[in-house]
Amino acid sequence: MSRGQTETIVSRKEGHSATLASRKYKKKSAFLESWNRLRTNPGAMFGLIVIILMVLLMVYSFMFITEEDVMAINSANRFKPPSAAHPFGTDSMGRDLFMRTVYGTRYSLAVGFFSVAFGLVVGVFFGTLAGYFGGWVEEIIMRVSDVMASIPGMLLGMVIVAVLGPSFLNLLIAIGVSNISGFIRMSRASILSVKGSEFVEAARAIGMSEFRIAFSQVLPNSVSPLIVTATARIATSVLAAAGLSFIGFGVPVPLPEWGALISDGRNYLGRAPHLTLFPGIFIMLTTFACSLLGDGLRDALDPKLKQ
Amino acid sequence: MLDECMTNSDVVLDVQDLVVHYELKNEVVKAVNGISFTLQKGRSIGLVGETGAGKTTTALAIMNLVPKPPGVVKSGTIDVCGYKMLELKPKQLEKIRGKEISMIFQDPMTSLNPVISVGEQIAESVKLHENVSASEAYDRAIEMLELVGIPGERAGEYPHQFSGGMRQRVLIAIALACNPRILIADEPTTALDVTIQAQVLNMINDLKKQFGTALIMITHDLGVVAKMCDDVAVMYAGRIVEKGTLEDVFNDTKHPYTEGLFNSLPDITKRESELKPIPGLIADPTKLPEGCAFAPRCQYATDACRERPPTIHQISPTHLVECTAYDNPGFQIEGWQNHG
Repeated sequence: MSRGQTETIVSRKEGHSATLASRKYKKKSAFLESWNRLRTNPGAMFGLIVIILMVLLMVYSFMFITEEDVMAINSANRFKPPSAAHPFGTDSMGRDLFMRTVYGTRYSLAVGFFSVAFGLVVGVFFGTLAGYFGGWVEEIIMRVSDVMASIPGMLLGMVIVAVLGPSFLNLLIAIGVSNISGFIRMSRASILSVKGSEFVEAARAIGMSEFRIAFSQVLPNSVSPLIVTATARIATSVLAAAGLSFIGFGVPVPLPEWGALISDGRNYLGRAPHLTLFPGIFIMLTTFACSLLGDGLRDALDPKLKQ
Repeated sequence: MLDECMTNSDVVLDVQDLVVHYELKNEVVKAVNGISFTLQKGRSIGLVGETGAGKTTTALAIMNLVPKPPGVVKSGTIDVCGYKMLELKPKQLEKIRGKEISMIFQDPMTSLNPVISVGEQIAESVKLHENVSASEAYDRAIEMLELVGIPGERAGEYPHQFSGGMRQRVLIAIALACNPRILIADEPTTALDVTIQAQVLNMINDLKKQFGTALIMITHDLGVVAKMCDDVAVMYAGRIVEKGTLEDVFNDTKHPYTEGLFNSLPDITKRESELKPIPGLIADPTKLPEGCAFAPRCQYATDACRERPPTIHQISPTHLVECTAYDNPGFQIEGWQNHG
C-alpha cells in the first residue's frame, strides 16, 4: 500500500510542475457557506427580515419624511386613534405618530449599530491584548474594565451625557463606552481558552509574530461568542438609548426617538394607549429580531457545525 | 531561489552543550543537561528516548520556542545555518522559523487551527516568508496539498473534516511550504494508527529526498528510527548517552540503556521469548543523581558509576558512548548480539 502511495505522490508532483492545475480550485467562499446555513434557520431569517424592513423604513424616512412633517403641530387633530389617515393615530399635539415612529428608526438603528461597533472594536482589541499577552498588560486593562463595569450602564450613560451635554452623538458615545467592558471580558475569556492550544505553538514555529498570532489565529476562534454578545448588545443598546431618552438624557426633546415617544405617551396611557403601544412594539421587534439573528449567526459561523 | 546559507560547510545545525531547565517555584526541572550534536545537509538524525528524556525540549530549544518562563536556556549554542538561534531578536527569529527550520508537532488533532481552512493555513506560512500575493500563496498551498496526497479541491475545508492521518499530512505541507533546510518531526506518528504511520513516514522520506531537507526525527519508536534515520542519538535524562550512525547504534550497541531499549522490543521471530523491560522509572529530572543518571536502573552499575559523572568514550570516529563502564577496556554488554 505505502509503496503505491508514494509513487502516486511523486507522479502527482511531476504532473504538477507542468500544468499548475491549482488555478481551478478557487477558495470556497466562507461567506457563502455561512449564508447557506443561516438560510435554513427560520428564526434567524425572521430576525433578518425584520431588520431589513427596519432599514427600509429608515431609508424611506430619509427620502420622504422631513423634519417639518414630524414637528408640525395640529391642535385640531389631538389624540386621534389609529385610522386610515393616521395609521398609528396622533399624539397630544396632533402630530402623526406613524411618521414620528418611522422617523425615529434612524436613531435606534444608529445607536444599535454604532454604539455596539464602537464597543466591539475597542473592547475586542483590549480584550485580546489582555487575554493573549497576560502579565501587567492584562492587569491594567482588566482593572480599568472592572471599574467601568462596576458603574451601572444607565448611570454611566447619564454621567457621560451630563458632562458632554445632551445630543445624539453624545448618546452614541455614552452607550458605546458602556458596551466596552462587556466585550473586553468576553474576548479575554475566549482568548484564554484557546491561547494554550498547540496550533498557537505551531503558528510560532512557522515564524508568525505574537501580535499576528493573537489577532489572526486566536481571535477568530472567539467569533461565535462575540457575535452573540454583539447582537445581544444591540438589543440592550437600543433599549438603553430608549431609556436614556425616556428620562430626558437622550435625543433632544422634540425629536421622535422611540424612548422619547414612549416617555411622551406615558402621561396619556389611559386616554391614548396607542402613543406608547406603537413605539413599544417597534422597540420590541427590533431587539427581538437582533437576538434571533444573533443566535442564528452563531450557529452559521461555526465551521464545526457544518454537515 | 533561497538565500545561501551563511556558512559554507554542509552543517545546517550545530548544537553545543545545550542546557535547558524549567525553573518552577519549588524545584528545578533539569530537562536537558548538556547535549551536543550536528546535522548535515539532507541527513537525518533520530532522537530516541523514553517520555521525559528531554527530546521535545531539545526540539523547542532549537527553534528558540522553549516557553519562558518557566523555561531557561542555561548555556549552550545553537547554530542554524549560521544563525545563532539563542542570540537573535524576536523579529529575526520569526524570519528563520518556518523558512530555514520547521517543525511538525505530535498531535495533528490540535495543531491545526479549527476555524481556518487548511488551504489558508498553508498559504499563511508562504505569505509570511515569501513576497507573494494572497492568490499566489493559495496556489502554492494547493500545490503542497497535492504533494502530500490530498486533492487540491479540499483546500477550502476545515481541519475537522479530515482524518488524523490527513491532518498530519496538512501539517507536513505547512512545515515544508517554504522549503526549509531543517525539519523537526516531534513524534509525528505517535497519534496515528500503524498503517497510517507507514504512509506518513514514507511521505516524509520522499519529500525529504525531493527537497534535500535535513531531518530531526524525535521518537520513542526504534522501528521508526531504523526506517528514517542516518544517525541516532539515544537520550536519557537530558543527556545523549549514545550517538552514532544507524549501523553503529543498532548493530554495535554499546550503552546499557540502548541495550535495554532493544530488549524491550517484542521479537517477531521468537514469539515465546519474554520481553525484558528496563526495571524502574526514568530518573526524576528534579532530583538527578551525582553520578550516571541511569545507574539506579543499570545491571552493570558499579560504585564508580554512582559517584561521578559518566565518562565519554569514542568507539569509532562516528560512534560515541557515555558510560563509565567502558573505562575498563574489557567491558562488554550482554545482549547486543541478540539484535541484528
